[in-house]
Amino acid sequence: MALGSGYQNRIELLQGTLDMLILKTLQWGEQHGYGISQAIRAGSGEVLQVETGSLYPALHRLERQGWVSSEWKKSDSNQRAKFYKISALGKEQLARDYERWGRMVASIEGIMTARRGAV
Amino acid sequence: MKAPYWQDWERRKRDLAEELESHLRMAVADRMARGESYEEARREAMKEFGNVPLVADVTRERWGWLRMEGLAQDLRYALRTLGRERGFTAVAVLILALGIGANVVVFSVVHTILLRPLPFVDADRLVWIAPPDSGHNLSGSTYSADAYEDLRAMNRSYTDVTGYYAFSSPDNLKVTGAGDPKPVTDISVAGNFFQMLGVTPELGRGFNAEEQRNGGVVLVTHAYWKRYLGADPAIIGKAITLNNKPIPVVGVLPESFDFGAVFQPGLKVDMFDPQKMEDIRYQGNTLTLIGRLKPGVTLEQARTEATELFPKFYWQKKQPLSLGAYKDAALPIWLKEYVSGALRRSLTVLWGAVGMILLIVCVNLSNLMLARAATRTKEFALRVSLGAGRGRLMRQLITESLVLSGAGSLLGLGMAYGATAWLSQQGSIALPLMSSVGVDETVLGWTVLIALVVGVVLGLAPAWRLTGTNLQESLKESGPGTSHGRRHERVRSALVIAEVALACALIVGAGLLLRSFLAVMEIDLGFKPSHAAAISIETPNTIQSIETFKAFLQEVQSRVAALPGVEAVGISDNLPLLRNRGWGGPTAKGKPIDPKHGHGAFVYIITPGYIEAMGMRLRGRDFAWSDDDHHELAIILNQKAASELWPGEDAVGRMAVLQGLDVRVIGVIEDVHESNVEGKIGWQMYLPAMTKQWGAADLSLVVRSKQPVSSLTTSVLQTLRTVNPGQPATEFRTLEDVVNHATSPRRFFAILVGIFAALGLILASLGIYGVISYGVTQQTQEIGIRMALGATRERVQAGVLGKTLRMALVGMGAGVVVSYGMAREIRSLLYGTQPTDLATFAGMLVLLTMVALLAGYLPARRASRIDPMTALRNL
Repeated sequence: MALGSGYQNRIELLQGTLDMLILKTLQWGEQHGYGISQAIRAGSGEVLQVETGSLYPALHRLERQGWVSSEWKKSDSNQRAKFYKISALGKEQLARDYERWGRMVASIEGIMTARRGAV
Repeated sequence: MKAPYWQDWERRKRDLAEELESHLRMAVADRMARGESYEEARREAMKEFGNVPLVADVTRERWGWLRMEGLAQDLRYALRTLGRERGFTAVAVLILALGIGANVVVFSVVHTILLRPLPFVDADRLVWIAPPDSGHNLSGSTYSADAYEDLRAMNRSYTDVTGYYAFSSPDNLKVTGAGDPKPVTDISVAGNFFQMLGVTPELGRGFNAEEQRNGGVVLVTHAYWKRYLGADPAIIGKAITLNNKPIPVVGVLPESFDFGAVFQPGLKVDMFDPQKMEDIRYQGNTLTLIGRLKPGVTLEQARTEATELFPKFYWQKKQPLSLGAYKDAALPIWLKEYVSGALRRSLTVLWGAVGMILLIVCVNLSNLMLARAATRTKEFALRVSLGAGRGRLMRQLITESLVLSGAGSLLGLGMAYGATAWLSQQGSIALPLMSSVGVDETVLGWTVLIALVVGVVLGLAPAWRLTGTNLQESLKESGPGTSHGRRHERVRSALVIAEVALACALIVGAGLLLRSFLAVMEIDLGFKPSHAAAISIETPNTIQSIETFKAFLQEVQSRVAALPGVEAVGISDNLPLLRNRGWGGPTAKGKPIDPKHGHGAFVYIITPGYIEAMGMRLRGRDFAWSDDDHHELAIILNQKAASELWPGEDAVGRMAVLQGLDVRVIGVIEDVHESNVEGKIGWQMYLPAMTKQWGAADLSLVVRSKQPVSSLTTSVLQTLRTVNPGQPATEFRTLEDVVNHATSPRRFFAILVGIFAALGLILASLGIYGVISYGVTQQTQEIGIRMALGATRERVQAGVLGKTLRMALVGMGAGVVVSYGMAREIRSLLYGTQPTDLATFAGMLVLLTMVALLAGYLPARRASRIDPMTALRNL
């Protein structure tokens, strides 16, 4: 996953962030891999571009953990594609991830906005 | 791995490819919808997507069951790594091959002798019926024909009882008719012998009812049929001329049937004939008994029946007084127990010894692997930082060790094939069933099991070590001389100490067995085996009277004695350690006969000169040619018989009674070990061959000469042929060979355990060397600094040697304790040697100390040659 501006500015997202984004995307309805990447890109205002090399391993891992399930279907454009659907377990996981994310953002924010840190 | 797994794997792979393709198609479609041309859209979509196979690869890794691909990869990697470290690999594989090969050989012997059922139908229902504790002393475990027939008729425990004539000597018949007469070995068996054991001839048939009663036909062994009858498929019904009588062949026994291997290790039998009971009815105890238990009958029930039944049997029905001769004289034991029971402990010890070798091998290699792991810490840390999981690394290490143990097992298996093939050809080792020793499926299965266990154990040590440490630290760590390295070294030292302790036990075990073997070799057998040899001689069939027989014996002896180099010559119909034969013993004339003391005695029917030729020690006089039917009957007794007949008196000159006849004791010989080297000695009596009273058959000529036997064979055989043209082409057998055969099981075990001890010692010294040498390498800089600060070379050397000795001493301390426990366990295998034998223990300590010093000396010398400047510069 990288910022849209290019390879040299690539920033590694914290572990689990991509999982959270995928699960969130799927909460709006089942979607195929291409659709998920497009949704994240569009949702982030073209800033976040999900690399396929990260997306598909993540999808297959999520499926293995039982957080999503998959099914081959016809897409809107009448193309055959593999659609992923979030499971009940996945929804719980999303809630946990989001809650943790919130705490992390808050704590990082706390550090960044402190006038004098112990760091 | 099952096939569906592969299909599933392939299906999922296609599925993924399709998924990624659909992604691309949709991306292209979107771009084209935005107005791009197909080519442009395709190119851009591809660029955006990235490397398709790579994406597929990393995605597949998430499946978590990459087993197949991962395994192949691990294997490739393992082979590449091991191929790079050729020296290490070669040493490791060789050590493993030795350890595993030794285990496979011993297992195949244990499997053949102890674990596998005997090669008969339902062999686990067969029992050996003999007096309690008679062991393999056939003379003490035979019964009369009358007793055999009564047992068959009266028992309720057995579906059938069979037996064989126990006192046939090798080369007891000769094949005549075509060229020189050739000796053959024939065993007379009860007619139902093969039927009862479930052995079916591969050609022809077994003995029919008429033949079972009257004999007169033979079944030949597969080997004899192939070798001497040209594997003639039409042999059935043809006759072979045995002792000038044509005897029809009714069948050929299957190759798998080996009488000697089961009943008389080392004996090669050529043919079998049905024993006509009438012929042996008055010969006394001549038949061994084997029974097959009825279904549902327990051994215990058979034993109870035996105690009730056997007192009702006669030694000879013609002598009513012989009723009850077999009271308390029958205890059925499993046939398997009879064949191999006595070897169980020896084989268990052997098995234990190779098990220890394998342990030492594992410890040693674990050490090597640990040392290697230490140098690979950084490699693994790097791989972890690049994303390899710990599980993956562990699997990698175990794959490597499995490859090593697999290669070692293959090589070891090759060695075992050779060793077992060689062992199976060693007719001179008097162990049962040895001819069928080999690598079969069970042995292969055992090998695979060992390989797997060893592989996993070897891999676990470094895996535990690598994954149990903080790899991030390892990346930063410069390596040598750190506290971490020290802790690591302690583990390795502990392993070496364990190794030394095991080696101690092995050496002590081997030492004790070796000393026992030497003690057995020192046993005074009552005759001198060196410089003497025996050859079986044939009586001409022209002999009709005792006078011509005597003349024949005299002529043979005087002619052979005249040959150059011959010092003494004599003839006997029985040789010690070869064959058993018991008769009712003599009683002292004029003394009341203790009915309970009816004593059996070994019989040797001999000519004048035999006692001298054997190197036996005689008090009184030897037989003279005049001790014949025209003179007083004479007898020579052994010391045991003489002293028990006339306690506290000199037996020479006394009158004894034998088979109702007065016989004069003319001499007493010192006891001869007649049936085994280590066991007790029974009564023996020697009777002159020149009397028609005793009768002699199956004669052996004993020649004492300083010349090698091979140089005598031709001249002696020529001489025998001039006296009797019918003399078959028999061969000399040295008395030393006879003794060696009798002691061969002990020699076999002592040598094997000795080899294992040597192996253990070498491995332990390698282990010591490895640890010390590694320690010196790790401390090169430290030593350099100390030398720069003024430590002398001697001091450095003494330091390293001291460390070696400390380690060895701790190991030996533990080893003495282990050895002591082990020695007590093998007490029953020792002869004339205490389990606490001081010389053995002291010898072991000296030997190990010396080996440890040698193993420590090389690294110590290297340490003392460290150039302080070089060492410091490299700091």
